[in-house]
Amino acid sequence: MTDYRYQGEKLPADERKRRMQTQRHDMREQPPMARVLNFDEVNLGYTAEMAKAEAKRCLGCPTAPCVDGCPVHVKVPEFLDAVADGDFMEAARIVMEDNALPAVTGRVCPQEIQCEGPCTQAKAGQGSVGIGYLERFVADYERHSEQTCCFDIDEPSGHKVAIVGSGPGGLSAAADAARAGHEVHVYEALHKPGGVLVYGIPEFRLPNEIISYEINRLQSMGVSIHTNHAIGRIYTVDELLDDKGYDAVYLGIGAGLPWFMRIDGENLNGVYSANEYLTRNNLMQAYRFPETDTPIVRGRNVAVVGGGNVAMDAVRSALRLGASNAYLIYRRSRDQMPARDEEIKHAEEEGVDFRLLNNPVRYIGDDHGWVSQVECIQMELGEPDKSGRPRPIPIEGSEFTLDVDVVVVAIGTGANPLLTETTPGLKTTSRGYIQVDDKLRTTKPGVFAGGDIVRGGATVILAMGDGRTAAASINEWLESGDWPASG
Amino acid sequence: MHEIVAMRDVAPNVHELVIDAPDVAAKAQPGQFAVVIPDELGERIPMSLAGWDRDEGTVSIFFLEAGVSTMKLAQHEAGDEIDFMAPLGTPATIKQYGTVFVGGGCYGVGAIYPILAAMKEAGNQVITAIEARSDFLLYNESKLRERSDMFFRATSDGSIGSRGKVKDVLRSLVEQGETIDRCYFMGCTFMMMVSSRAAGEHGIPSFVYLNPLMVDATGMCGVCRVTVNGETRFACVDGPEFPGSQVDWEELFHRKSQYAPYEREAYRHTCRLRGDRDD
Repeated sequence: MTDYRYQGEKLPADERKRRMQTQRHDMREQPPMARVLNFDEVNLGYTAEMAKAEAKRCLGCPTAPCVDGCPVHVKVPEFLDAVADGDFMEAARIVMEDNALPAVTGRVCPQEIQCEGPCTQAKAGQGSVGIGYLERFVADYERHSEQTCCFDIDEPSGHKVAIVGSGPGGLSAAADAARAGHEVHVYEALHKPGGVLVYGIPEFRLPNEIISYEINRLQSMGVSIHTNHAIGRIYTVDELLDDKGYDAVYLGIGAGLPWFMRIDGENLNGVYSANEYLTRNNLMQAYRFPETDTPIVRGRNVAVVGGGNVAMDAVRSALRLGASNAYLIYRRSRDQMPARDEEIKHAEEEGVDFRLLNNPVRYIGDDHGWVSQVECIQMELGEPDKSGRPRPIPIEGSEFTLDVDVVVVAIGTGANPLLTETTPGLKTTSRGYIQVDDKLRTTKPGVFAGGDIVRGGATVILAMGDGRTAAASINEWLESGDWPASG
Repeated sequence: MHEIVAMRDVAPNVHELVIDAPDVAAKAQPGQFAVVIPDELGERIPMSLAGWDRDEGTVSIFFLEAGVSTMKLAQHEAGDEIDFMAPLGTPATIKQYGTVFVGGGCYGVGAIYPILAAMKEAGNQVITAIEARSDFLLYNESKLRERSDMFFRATSDGSIGSRGKVKDVLRSLVEQGETIDRCYFMGCTFMMMVSSRAAGEHGIPSFVYLNPLMVDATGMCGVCRVTVNGETRFACVDGPEFPGSQVDWEELFHRKSQYAPYEREAYRHTCRLRGDRDD
């Protein structure tokens, strides 16, 4: 909970009534039949007029449930006021006080369960205020404008901070640490910075140009970015602290170890982890092959296994790569899918064949070691399990097969041990995630961690929230030098 | 980005790449590898580290020009900058085992050097054997010879050394009564398979450095999965060293061939581009 209260003027009764009767403005988007033929962004954004009109739907609730619903507590009603006034640059400035990557979160946050979920307008029946769309609008406005929305940077503190991982969490931590006047170095294992924003989320949902812009902004704030550095191999965390002179280290390394189901045939050719499929396509731009050198199998019949955002990204990529049949195999029902509503809707519009309440049991190969069929079993829903969702139970004797030439396993990721294994004193859970306290301090003095390597698979915005929390904790540690006894 | 210090032709189609990378040189261990990206649009290519000079701050790699990506890499010259990430993979376990037989073929003729040098350093008797189709395809000999107690060459055409392969050298040594405690093989997949089979026939444990397809090479994508002793392992982080007798070679061959048709397409595309440029 936040203590935030919106201090703006109370709306006159007639204006409030007018606003409550105004419908949410839909996002302009590429039509489904056109967009499955390209990798361009699906959503086309609000016009300035649409943005102003949408911002004028805000009821200005003093309790601002939207702010409470946002993991980084963007001051939503204040930025909406600025949008309504047509002062888009000011709106961008307000958002960026709390959110280092608004062009990203405006596109990939699950707004329906965050800022927009508790919106009073949602309850009134005309749809929540399009906060995510407006966030995206102001961020894009800033990016395309002549001016750059700048942050104030404190006097140099004399401290050095290392950020390991350049995903959304690392970039947020880097931004805040730079603003606090620290010398900040970001280490990235891959050859391009951005983490999941670059290797994972496809161009049609988050154009790479946005990440480059945000990286440039960080660099202009004095942040150094070192690509091709796999920490744990090139330097250990101890070496960062002892030899490289860092006063604090933030580990935002993600959970980069793909899970497989350990069923027969998973090593057949044509069976990908979602990480591989998306990395080939996004980071390595395999969709442009042979203009680029990294290939990807352009399957005719593609099955993607899973029900999260990654599964949606994979199955929609498969369509764009030319699949005639793109199946989404998910063991639960639609209501239990962890993917964002908009991604599910877009996938449906684009013709993804949803095979819900089904689970693969094995993959069948041809004589050349290629996958040719997936055998599935039908499921039914039972009592709730640990996640609170009804447990899927296989229906005996309900097996059937689908012809496939590509399978993408998108059932989640676990902790990649590359760094933790080489860091003595860093306590991990039984599943390999790093243990932290409420200030994201690990059991190793000076070392902080957040995002997926702490939470398991989570979201971009939760990682960003962790990055901010860690940056604040780092400031505290640099000032006090206090570290709790490890317990 | 890292600067290329030298690009040398060491045999037809085989090149030695020397890269300025002091931090990598300081950290590299035998058995580890690098990822090299030839250009902006290029693939991430895993390549074994063949040597490092901690004083000079350089790292060297031998590679065979075998497709579009390696062809592009070979076009580079000293002074160019490329994306280069190392060291990767779990280092080899270097101990005193007694007598160690080290076999190299193809790029492994060059890349096997760190293993044998470290084995020698650890007090082992080191027997080295390298193979090629013909004498003009061998390279790096003096360096290997210097650190080996015994040194053999095998050529398919018998033009130099004994006629045959590394496996045949191993076989004849055993038949002559030589006691060998461990074997290490590095080279193309086929060479590693047949060599480790030969070692197995004589009851000698063998270790191979697998070279499956990789993308990120940090355990993130899983394309390098290999079945070892019935279990799926990721060669990039769990390996690249594995016991040769436990590797599912057939699966590895299948997996390595996944992109063969695409490789041809890439070749046609790139060669056409190059042709245009020359016109």
